[in-house]
Amino acid sequence: MDDLLVDFLTETNEGLVALDSALVRLERAPDDQPTLSEVFRLVHTIKGTCGFLGLSRLEAVAHAGENILGRYRDGTLAVTPAGITLILSALDRIKAIVSGIEASGTEPVGDDVPLIAALNAAAEGEDAPALAPAPPSAAAPPSVAPSEAPAVEAPPPASARPATSAIDEPATEVMAPNGSAPVTQQTIRVSVDVLEDLMTLVSELVLTRNQLLQLARAHQSDAFAVPLQRLSHITSDLQEGVMKTRMQPIGHAWAKLPRLVRDLSHELGKKIELDMRGAQTELDRQVLELIRDPLTHMVRNSGDHGLEKPAERRAAGKPETGRVILNAYHEGGHIIIEVGDDGRGLPVDRIRAKALANGLATEAELAQMSEREVLRFIFAAGFSTAQQVTSVSGRGVGMDVVKTNIEKIGGTVELISKEGRGTTFTIKIPLTLAIVSALIVEAGGERFALPQIGVVELVRVGAAQEGAPRIERIKDAAVLRLRDRLLPLVSLAGLLRLHAASEDQGFVAVMQVGGQAFGIILDRVFDTEEIVVKPVAPILRHITMFSGNTILGDGSVIMILDPNGIARAAGVGLDAATEEERRNLPASIDMRSNAHTSLLLFRAGDGGPKAVPLGLVARLEDIPGERIEMSGMTPVVQYRGALMPIVPISGHWMAPEGDARQPVLVFTENDRAMGLAVEEILDVLEEKLEIEPGTGRPGYIGSAVIAGRVTEVIDTAYWLSQAGDDWFRAAPSARSNAARPRLLLVEDSAFFRHLVVPVLSAAGYEVMAVESAVAAMRVREEGVPFDAIVSDIEMPDMDGLAFARAVRAGGAWSESPLIALSSRAEPADVARGREAGFTDYVAKYDRDALLRSLSECLSAPIQA
Amino acid sequence: MTAMQTTTAAADAAVRPPPPASTAAAPTEEDVFLTLTVAGQACAVPVLAVRDVLGAHAITRIPLAPGEVAGSLNLRGRIVTALDLRLRLGLPPRDAKAPPAMSVVVEQTNELYALLVDQVGEVVPMPASGFTANPPTLDPMWREVSRGVHRQEGHLVIALDVGRVLAIG
Repeated sequence: MDDLLVDFLTETNEGLVALDSALVRLERAPDDQPTLSEVFRLVHTIKGTCGFLGLSRLEAVAHAGENILGRYRDGTLAVTPAGITLILSALDRIKAIVSGIEASGTEPVGDDVPLIAALNAAAEGEDAPALAPAPPSAAAPPSVAPSEAPAVEAPPPASARPATSAIDEPATEVMAPNGSAPVTQQTIRVSVDVLEDLMTLVSELVLTRNQLLQLARAHQSDAFAVPLQRLSHITSDLQEGVMKTRMQPIGHAWAKLPRLVRDLSHELGKKIELDMRGAQTELDRQVLELIRDPLTHMVRNSGDHGLEKPAERRAAGKPETGRVILNAYHEGGHIIIEVGDDGRGLPVDRIRAKALANGLATEAELAQMSEREVLRFIFAAGFSTAQQVTSVSGRGVGMDVVKTNIEKIGGTVELISKEGRGTTFTIKIPLTLAIVSALIVEAGGERFALPQIGVVELVRVGAAQEGAPRIERIKDAAVLRLRDRLLPLVSLAGLLRLHAASEDQGFVAVMQVGGQAFGIILDRVFDTEEIVVKPVAPILRHITMFSGNTILGDGSVIMILDPNGIARAAGVGLDAATEEERRNLPASIDMRSNAHTSLLLFRAGDGGPKAVPLGLVARLEDIPGERIEMSGMTPVVQYRGALMPIVPISGHWMAPEGDARQPVLVFTENDRAMGLAVEEILDVLEEKLEIEPGTGRPGYIGSAVIAGRVTEVIDTAYWLSQAGDDWFRAAPSARSNAARPRLLLVEDSAFFRHLVVPVLSAAGYEVMAVESAVAAMRVREEGVPFDAIVSDIEMPDMDGLAFARAVRAGGAWSESPLIALSSRAEPADVARGREAGFTDYVAKYDRDALLRSLSECLSAPIQA
Repeated sequence: MTAMQTTTAAADAAVRPPPPASTAAAPTEEDVFLTLTVAGQACAVPVLAVRDVLGAHAITRIPLAPGEVAGSLNLRGRIVTALDLRLRLGLPPRDAKAPPAMSVVVEQTNELYALLVDQVGEVVPMPASGFTANPPTLDPMWREVSRGVHRQEGHLVIALDVGRVLAIG
């Protein structure tokens, strides 16, 4: 049985249990709208899922049940005990089918026609005399429902039920031993309480271990040193393991989506491409469970409502294949999940009309609302602008479920929609129990944890240092001039009403929250620590400045700052007016990053500072020296369940001893990771990168002037190859039998050629790189075939767009996939790129996206 | 260390069976209270609500929290919010030179709270028959948190309603 089906069965069984009790409640209180909505949603979810799994029998029964419930909910049909009985019998049928699937893996054979007919009759029978609602509910149910209900209760026992039991029960008996086994064994459901208790125990263990270590240090007793060390290791591993039980990459919640989208595109006759980014972003399992359904709904909605049919898309000048983009990342102590499409956008006028028709707002109110506010109506219960009710969507369940579920876990959902350009939903979920890396800072004599995600950089301020930036004041507002930017500052001590130390000396943490940059004035900065975010006590929830609290390694409790709350409290944040502006801000940021590259500065080996583009570095780690072990001659460290080789830049490197920590830049490639050991991580800067070719020293591309100093830029490909011979061979060997696809890379910057070529060859492509479009055209004239072409956009002489048009105009490559690689990835640029004939558009430095795009282009037959 | 010793002592006290009832009706568990002192006033909390008793403990202050909240502390890996019972009851703050406060840890809807008190007494049965209603002249703030007054060996003990004590903010 496939995982999808197992998941479905688990979910459906839970849903059925909930349904039973909800329906009984409904029977007692027929006017209870929340219960009605809940029942409707549960049935809708069952139906929606089984439709995609090809469980047609189940879908038909659920659909018929949903029809009645839909009428109940709209108020066009009165809830009657007979009706409920009918729905309950539909549920019984669903249960019987589900248990059949559990036993055999496929739907048992059976005849649901009488049941469905009865359900439909109940739905329709009430509908016709709807002019006088009261009499029909008195007259029609006795006449229609009871006469139908027995028809259900009686004939099915006669026809359908024997049929089911004949197939079903023997099947259960025969198949149960092996048939039901996968359902119970593949995953074990452990109550969150058990995990929570484990976590508590482990925390206690860690604290005790720390105490022991401290004692051992004080007494210098060598006899204990070794077993203690071991205890310490095991404790750390145990802690990690227990934490892992709660954390899952969001990709798990996405696993079903490619199939869903595929089926959706078949069903709707649309071409849909699903682009999933940031699948590795980890979040709490509980949160994951809760967002799984909303995400499914949203992706389904994007495919169904959002994207147009191929013909419409062609007419609108868009590529036939619509894109649904899922993107997850951490931001400011939150997890952001974006679900977007490049479809037709939300029809504002229709939403306005529908809101008016549904009585959600008056005309006068609507007239005053901004487009954004109008769009938010789609989150209202029972709101759907789909003109037809399809089996996919259009009943207006989706978005209010989405909102309810997300708000249940303290999240928010926002949307941006441009008519004709697409819709993007942004879900923001706080980390209720996630592990984050935090800076431990001090303000007003108290320590706080500041999640590192929102921190862009740390600036030391004060008069003590010559040339250090100073905090200046415009009237009462503190500001910092930072690289020609005026940064608004807030004093943490002031905000928290603590006694502030001298403001003239200390640190400023430069924060990026949403589109807004600001600085937080701190007295001291201690260290970074991995912390487990725990929610604060209910009586403290109203303090928006904190997102949680945690226990540090030394056993003390510390409050975790919420950068969003601070931004709001300080007024740096975002009222409705500035939010519109904020929308425009990313554009300007992108413009800047056009010319600037984020660079990580560090010190290692001899000579001056070294730099590497930050985009190439997967993570920064600080590894305790004691965790670095030797495997043969190679230093390695156990990292995320695998061995990671450590490559020192310096020729005379020694692993630090004991507790001393080794800063490491982690590079990843597929499942492999390599750690580059450096002496010190200095800074992250946005700088224009102009590389002077080097002296040919291995490991360096050349040097550039960064922050006024000559800085050597390292050649990552060289260092990756130092990690072991097989680093670059692992992927190609998988393809050794097949011919390696040939790629042409057109890129004017030597630096990028240096970066991209090794990556592509490592991924198993045979790459030819040329430095201009003109050179590429010469290659075409020679008739060299390529499986795909990757080209830069901004190039001298002939730019990428012109190149694409020339390629598409004819010649050997007119049918080849053409991927644009550019630092400009604004939707407008993407559209322009596609117009010129590019198959796909990938942001520079987004190596994974490039590889994904390539494999997609090459696996799918090219649509002429 | 002090914390550990007190904890054990209190645990012992908690498990020690209540003294045999002298009255006809044996006291049920609901009638057993832990006595404590705040600013000289004897109070009591139902022993069933008590999870732990701690000695002096490092407490992290929480800025912007309601005044009664002294901060939070780490109880074996769980974060416990500490309420200063003196401030909660409108009594003068503890003298800086006085011995450090002790904490009575209580549980309320799965959350732990520590009540900071001057002294923790003992576990005593307080049968319902010994209760008298709150005198009408009692300070309204006290009346709100008191379940009644109990006569105990020549002095009066105020039985606190833990839920109401925690209802702040």
